[in-house]
Amino acid sequence: MNRKFLARHAAWITTPTLFVVLILIWDAYVVRFQVSPLILPRPGQVWTALLIMLQDPRTLGHAWITLYETLAGFGIAVAVGIVLGALLGKVAWLERTLNPFIVALQVMPKVALVPLFIVWFGFGPTSKVVMAAVLAFFPIMTNTILGIKSVERGHRELMVSLNAGTWQTLRELELPTALPYVLSGAEIGIVLAVIGAIVGEYLGGSQGLGHMAVATMNAFDVQSMFGVIGLLTLMGFLLYFAVASLRKYITPWHESVQLTKT
Amino acid sequence: MTQTHIALTGIEQKFGKGANAVIALTGVDLQVGHEEFLVLLGPSGCGKTTLLRIIAGLVRPTSGEVRIGDRDLWVGEARDNAVVQELGVVFQDANLFPWLNVEDNIALPLKLRGRSKVERRERARELCRLVGIDGFEKRWPRELSGGMRQRAAIARALSYDPKILLMDEPFGALDAMTRDQMNLELQRIWMASGCTVVLVTHSIGEAAFLADRVVLLSPRPGRIDHILDIDLPRPRDLYVQTTPGFQDVVAQLRHRLDAAIA
Repeated sequence: MNRKFLARHAAWITTPTLFVVLILIWDAYVVRFQVSPLILPRPGQVWTALLIMLQDPRTLGHAWITLYETLAGFGIAVAVGIVLGALLGKVAWLERTLNPFIVALQVMPKVALVPLFIVWFGFGPTSKVVMAAVLAFFPIMTNTILGIKSVERGHRELMVSLNAGTWQTLRELELPTALPYVLSGAEIGIVLAVIGAIVGEYLGGSQGLGHMAVATMNAFDVQSMFGVIGLLTLMGFLLYFAVASLRKYITPWHESVQLTKT
Repeated sequence: MTQTHIALTGIEQKFGKGANAVIALTGVDLQVGHEEFLVLLGPSGCGKTTLLRIIAGLVRPTSGEVRIGDRDLWVGEARDNAVVQELGVVFQDANLFPWLNVEDNIALPLKLRGRSKVERRERARELCRLVGIDGFEKRWPRELSGGMRQRAAIARALSYDPKILLMDEPFGALDAMTRDQMNLELQRIWMASGCTVVLVTHSIGEAAFLADRVVLLSPRPGRIDHILDIDLPRPRDLYVQTTPGFQDVVAQLRHRLDAAIA
């Protein structure tokens, strides 16, 4: 086993080791300082609560709801973000006109809109889908604008010399140039979509993992609450890696993909 | 000289307005014959690239007339499509799109013209053979050396059978040895394709090796200083550079150039 091999694959050992060490520290802390299980349960108790929760088919139902809200919101955000981003990136006067509104919407704490969305769209999943979409939309749109504007001068000139039309330039040059940027926006967007769905569930309705977290809090069932948080983290993890690994398939030519290979 | 292919009359180019205006070119009258290899030579700032861009229709001259064959390049504010179709441009950078493989890059102009996939692939293979990069059709541009990328750029410019090839220091970014080889190849490709070529360079040796005629430009303001016929027999090989005839041409160009800068 040479040094290079170790350097490349060491993370497969060090990361799980660190994880186990952190769990052990957590356990030792609770035992040593006799922390109340209502404040911080022991890892073993959380694990047991999680197993019990997973045996209940309703848990999976809640997880599906949250997953659906996140993905639907994310899908809307991607579609609207790319179309609007391309439009604003291409049409300078439109971007100048709308820029103050975009900034205003961006600095507004959008989570404060949840009660409004519940009034508008009801306590069902729709209001959460909208919240997820609103949060995920901005990074995707702003990155698309940046990408469209990042077209190399030489590439643009080539298209002019080839007498390409506006649509041809958009399809053959500007959108492919923007694609790596759009994917970066989507990586941020998927995380925000999860947050949007969960915050929506906290504040209204009776479904989803966010609602479960609130329900366990009301029942003083802190072990289960930790279990729900664990499930949410796992879901966020999986969704993020799913989106991040799209890079390899959508932009295999890009440097970012090359870098991760070596 | 054979029949006139490109005719420039009274070309003047100003950049900027009012007191800050810079005259890049003034009083340029030039005719290029069918199937001629014409080289624009001059020190930096002499307007040789601007002149090439004017012929390519990438820059609209402040005043003067550009005629290709028996048509004007500009009709009102727009370029005449039928004329632009006959122009192939090769830039100093290859400007290959990183998201297209070599074959798709070469066939991009055909795609813009709505040709079928089968036809595009066939033409790309043929051109790869012509420019000497066969076997690399499916590679990404970044997997190619600088010289090979420039070959692909030439193949792309030839893909739609332009009657005129316009080249702006196409080998300027290559090392001297690759450059010699590319000039030899360019001569071969030009003789095989029957194009009219206008090439911009600041290398005297390159100009003398390639050209039927060298147009010497002088700076501030850019204008034609001198036109020199080069009667060395074709095809020329790299050893032509050691002959007295070649060295005489180089010496003449060197003297005129020094006089122009002084």
